[in-house]
Amino acid sequence: MIKLPHLAFGYLITLVFAVVLLGLHIGGFPVGYRLLEEFTAFSSRLLIFIPCLFVLIGLLDVWLPQQWIQKHVGEESGGRGVFFVVLLAMFQGGPLYGAFPVAHLLRKKGCSMRNVFMYLGAFSTLKIPMMFFEVSFLGLRFTLIRAMLALPVFIIIADLMSVYARRNGLQMKNPGESP
Amino acid sequence: MPDDSILIALTLIAIIVSAVIDRRKTLMGLRRGGKMLLNLLPQFLMLLVIVSVLLTFVPREAIVSGLGKQSGGLGVIVAAGIGSVALVPGPIVYPLAGMLVENGMSWTVISVFITTLMMVGILTFPVEKAYLGLRLAALRNILFFFGALIIGVLVGSVL
Repeated sequence: MIKLPHLAFGYLITLVFAVVLLGLHIGGFPVGYRLLEEFTAFSSRLLIFIPCLFVLIGLLDVWLPQQWIQKHVGEESGGRGVFFVVLLAMFQGGPLYGAFPVAHLLRKKGCSMRNVFMYLGAFSTLKIPMMFFEVSFLGLRFTLIRAMLALPVFIIIADLMSVYARRNGLQMKNPGESP
Repeated sequence: MPDDSILIALTLIAIIVSAVIDRRKTLMGLRRGGKMLLNLLPQFLMLLVIVSVLLTFVPREAIVSGLGKQSGGLGVIVAAGIGSVALVPGPIVYPLAGMLVENGMSWTVISVFITTLMMVGILTFPVEKAYLGLRLAALRNILFFFGALIIGVLVGSVL
């Protein structure tokens, strides 16, 4: 009997996508070229972003001292911990899905659950590079009001999430462990 | 894109500085980063395929006209829906939003669109799930969705 290798769902979808593209090409349907165009346009952006992101995360992983994280953004860190994670998030850039590996690393090193979600909240709404664009196209007033309203909202959400996670015994997954 | 060159420069500087201090540790970090990337590769591929299929059949012009057509309560809901699903980087979305505002779109619709776009990620859910687990990822998106709605509507009513 031939044993099929375990194939992750993402690879399977990509394979199906490639077969469909090939089929459309052979059949002479122009929509295949649109698909390929969108695929290469988006992947060319990810091709730079993703490797850089993971190089930085790998380096952060070996250099970031666990004691420091535990002490300053850990369970007992209080208001200072919030300040640190929000500051860290503000000086970053890029899309939100790039923040999840960092959030995971922070948690692994002993950052509290509440601060992890605080980090995700700040990352999505208070990134300085993003706010530069916001100010120049929508004005300073809009940006400041939006940022000031966002802060209390994601602090409340972070509290809710950490309480929910604790009550239900939920932990963050480790994507490095499962194939 | 200038965004990319900053990222590349930052990454190279980080590698060089790290290697000057400790070569072995640097190699270990690069290997760990590479391993994490490989583990997440299927999720990123899935994201790529879904996004390219969506962008092919739902062109960008349709997103803009969908935002522009409705106003009021329905406009807010449409904006929240598009914002939650769409995946548009900041350098593209802000000029677009500025243009829409100049064309008379309401601040509430724009702010709801921007906040949901920033805070909710339906398309990127496979990546998020891999790190947070199904329940935490789902809860984060739901809570951030309502958070984004609240922020967006409040911003709109203040302005």
